[in-house]
Amino acid sequence: MAELTYLQAISDGLRTEMRRDKRVFLIGEDVGVYGGAFKVSLGFQEEFGPWRVIDAPLAETAIVGGCTGAAIMGLRPVAEMQFADFISCGWDQLVTVAAKQRWRAGTPVPMVVRLPSGGGFSGGPFHSQNPESSFAHVPGLKCVCPATPEDAKGLLISAIEDPNPVLYFEHKHLYRRIKGEVPEERYSTPLGKARIHREGGDVSVITWGAMVYTAEEAAKQLDSDGVSVEIVDLRTVMPWDKAAVLESARKTSKVLVLHEDTRSGGFGGEIAATIAEEAFEDLDAPVKRLAAPDTPVPFSPTLEKAFIPQVEDVVTGLRELAEY
Amino acid sequence: MAIAREAGPVGSLHEVREAGLDREDLLGVYRNMLITRGVEERGHILYRQGKIPGSFYTGRGNEAAAVGVATAMGPEDVGTPLHRDMGVHIVRGVDPWRIFAQYMGRQDGPTHGRDGNVHMADSQLGLIAMVSHLPAMLPVATGAALAFRIREEPRVAVGWFGEGASARGDAHESMTFAGTRKLPVVYVCDNNQFAYSTPSYLEFATEHVADRAEAYGFEGVVVDGTDVLAVYREAKRAIEKARVGGGPTLLECLTLRMEGHAVHDDAFYVPKPMLEQWAASDPIERFRSWLRDNADLTDEEEGEIESGVKRLLTSALERAEESPQPDPSTLTQGVYASPEDLDTPHHK
Repeated sequence: MAELTYLQAISDGLRTEMRRDKRVFLIGEDVGVYGGAFKVSLGFQEEFGPWRVIDAPLAETAIVGGCTGAAIMGLRPVAEMQFADFISCGWDQLVTVAAKQRWRAGTPVPMVVRLPSGGGFSGGPFHSQNPESSFAHVPGLKCVCPATPEDAKGLLISAIEDPNPVLYFEHKHLYRRIKGEVPEERYSTPLGKARIHREGGDVSVITWGAMVYTAEEAAKQLDSDGVSVEIVDLRTVMPWDKAAVLESARKTSKVLVLHEDTRSGGFGGEIAATIAEEAFEDLDAPVKRLAAPDTPVPFSPTLEKAFIPQVEDVVTGLRELAEY
Repeated sequence: MAIAREAGPVGSLHEVREAGLDREDLLGVYRNMLITRGVEERGHILYRQGKIPGSFYTGRGNEAAAVGVATAMGPEDVGTPLHRDMGVHIVRGVDPWRIFAQYMGRQDGPTHGRDGNVHMADSQLGLIAMVSHLPAMLPVATGAALAFRIREEPRVAVGWFGEGASARGDAHESMTFAGTRKLPVVYVCDNNQFAYSTPSYLEFATEHVADRAEAYGFEGVVVDGTDVLAVYREAKRAIEKARVGGGPTLLECLTLRMEGHAVHDDAFYVPKPMLEQWAASDPIERFRSWLRDNADLTDEEEGEIESGVKRLLTSALERAEESPQPDPSTLTQGVYASPEDLDTPHHK
């Protein structure tokens, strides 16, 4: 075991797979000589050469579509979007071509798109988004959102191994802020299996990504009220671990669904609806959603604080549920 | 002023032999063109009989371009043909009965009723199924070429698009990337002069689509898309150049779409004289008379080929009509691939 940052764990996972499997290659803007905008692939081009760590032109359609073609030809491409926001330029290739190819033409497309996502550092409307819900809605795509360094490595390895197009959302705010023990050997963390981040008996928080830590801070505050909060880290939004969510809902009877993405049409709605459909009789309060308001992500720190759900917001929400 | 090279016609049998086709091959090319048109003519009848759901598209006028390019491809090469490129499927060896089953949305079509018309491909034959978003398959073909380059395989990818689709960013991004990396890919533009109802001059302002190639750092060639031998010669040259590391080529095959965008469209917007002019250089008729003049095609051979094609298509239709409807209980299967799906030669 070594203590790694979330970012180092991503590098470690990618390096592990590239060393193990010659079919894996990385392509993106500035991923080679520069090592990527966030330095995930620093030193990779020296180790793997320019045809396995490929500096692409500023052309997300060509990058994502190119990965689709290379995957169909038997390689295991990993594309890096410089920011998750730029996947809008590769949307068509992902949603129109890659996602539907297996179902309609029988052709698997085993590829990964790495998406540095999330806000909290004044990135503004185009460097801060969390677009996982949009893609979770597209049949044929998988969406992975690790919260811990250990999961960052294990889920990336699973994503690369998976025979489908997988979107790997790596939260930028966690890159250097979160450290944890990460096994040095290769391991994979299964997609679709949630993790209980914190056990509790009174209220459940269902969340993923950076919000796991926001929920954790809030849960600590609730301890002093004598309210015990359970945190379910979904880990992957598609497929998502319905059984784990329902189990926690049945255990505590009160559920807060929390995400950093905007509220309307966000994946939290799907989770809340499923709980209402399948665990209604076990609930002691209506399922509560906490998410960003329906606006673009603002730039100013003051505005961004009002946008991203804060610890105080979660505390308030949890207290309301506890007192219901 | 044209920037792309404007390729001339093929003159003699000798020149054709130089390009790698013997007389037997030439008769095969002719046969494939007849099958291509025959499949679409029979499809049209099926549509009128109400047996084809949705719409129906043909590539009349494009047979030479599709068959010519596909004939120039090697067995290990891959391609992403579009809806005017039935000839590519025929040359690569897709059975016509499966195409009719595809048209009718039956279980035995390559997509088992999950997608329609020419949205199909047999991956075992080196083809990747198109989507409606044109030219979204160009980045995919480029990615196939990237895989060949990474693995240092002597294989080439062929990506098709139309002159209308040339307006979209996918074409630009693909060619930019392929140019910078000298990827083994050939971009084939079926320029049939109308994107639905929009004429070429409203799609691009240069004389030829292929004029753009120079800006991407590779060669552009325009060829008469009704001359199957000229198309073959230029495609062969481009494909073999790509195979030995010479980088991409943009090959534009100029023709006219001889029917509407789809079966509902009477193409009233295509000027009559233009239609008449291009009808006079019908790709199949043109090649037939070339074979008579240059390769001693006899009445007997011609009759044999024609009746063979008729028999093939008649039995194909019968077989396709027997194909069952897809089973609705299978609808939700296969949205995601399983690891066993990767158990193919491609993924070893």
